Amino acid sequence: MSIKDGESSIKAVMFRMSNMRLRFEPENGMKVIIRGRVSVFERDGQYQLYIDDMQPEGAGELAIAFEQLKAKLAAKGIFDPEIKKEIPAMPQRVGVVTSDTGAAVHDIINIISRRFPLTELVLAPVQVQGAQAAGQIADAIDRFNRLKGADVLIVGRGGGSAEDLWAFNEEIVAMAIYRSEIPVISAVGHETDFTISDFAADLRAPTPSAAAELAVPDIRDQAALVNAYYLSCLDSITADVEVRQQSLDIISQRLEYLNPQTVIDNKIQILDMLSQKINDKMNEIFTSKSNSFYQTVQKIDALNPLKVMTRGYAVVYNNSKPVSSVKEVNTGDKLKIRLSDGEISATVS
Amino acid sequence: MKNMKYETALKRLEEIAEKLDSGSLSLDESLKLFEEATELTAFCSSCLEKAKLKITELTEKKDDNE
Repeated sequence: MSIKDGESSIKAVMFRMSNMRLRFEPENGMKVIIRGRVSVFERDGQYQLYIDDMQPEGAGELAIAFEQLKAKLAAKGIFDPEIKKEIPAMPQRVGVVTSDTGAAVHDIINIISRRFPLTELVLAPVQVQGAQAAGQIADAIDRFNRLKGADVLIVGRGGGSAEDLWAFNEEIVAMAIYRSEIPVISAVGHETDFTISDFAADLRAPTPSAAAELAVPDIRDQAALVNAYYLSCLDSITADVEVRQQSLDIISQRLEYLNPQTVIDNKIQILDMLSQKINDKMNEIFTSKSNSFYQTVQKIDALNPLKVMTRGYAVVYNNSKPVSSVKEVNTGDKLKIRLSDGEISATVS
Repeated sequence: MKNMKYETALKRLEEIAEKLDSGSLSLDESLKLFEEATELTAFCSSCLEKAKLKITELTEKKDDNE
């Protein structure tokens, strides 16, 4: 590598120990401010610039590093929208990767405890700033996955300076989030802080409190939901019973109509009617017969010989035989003459 | 039912609400389901009322539980 300005150039080296501390990747043509010393490289007999520290000119080192890593991970597809996993609607366990001393963990506990205490909060305390932070955060995410210790992860910390938040801009953290089978909600700093973790996460929350709200449903909505389901069941069963009651009424009416007692009653009524009819007819016949009988009797009565006798006619008997001709008697025969009111004995002379 | 988790109970309750709404059940089935719905509602409500956040720390032992 060589360092140039408009007119001159000098060979430069940066040893691994110093290089490792650089957060950005020096690029060809980048303007930099260098701290170091000039010494002779004895083998070649040349002056060289030995670089202890290098800072990009203009934009800060962190800003450059951020843009470089963002571009690199974007090119790898780490931020692709298609690979974002869905956040479960009702997690049994919410994993939290943050410091156990910061405000973030208290905010998360408070909000989840108020919002959805049915869940279990699984904490993985880590340092969130300093040299160890990125490694611990990435390791905690991996551990959650290995142990299947949560259904959703909140990874983040409260607000701080760009330097404080830096761990969440490190590649190992982004890659751990990318690897995670468990959906990750990132929650770093304040609303305005954007980190590489936010881009790699399945969901970005503006703050840890917001992450807690995104991770779990609201218990009040749940209560309303339970109630709505119950009311729906109640409505259905009430309507169902009503419909059945109606068809039962209809059937019961039909049954009443088909009731044997009703049938018998109807038959009895018909029977009564018929019986009445027969009675009437009998009376009619009887009256008519009776009348004709009386007429006959009257006729007979009119022909009664006795009745003729009352008008002065008589019947003559000879030896108890009625005499209808003079030839039937002889002189001396004893005759009986019957009148209407008695008999006369007489002798034929 | 005692060991039933809230989410499972809620899902079952939703399922019953849909089944009863479909109206294709016998009275016996309907009444049985409604009875279950009543129990589930009581269970869910009591879960929501009594719930207290459980906070644990991620440990290697979790492997055995899961």
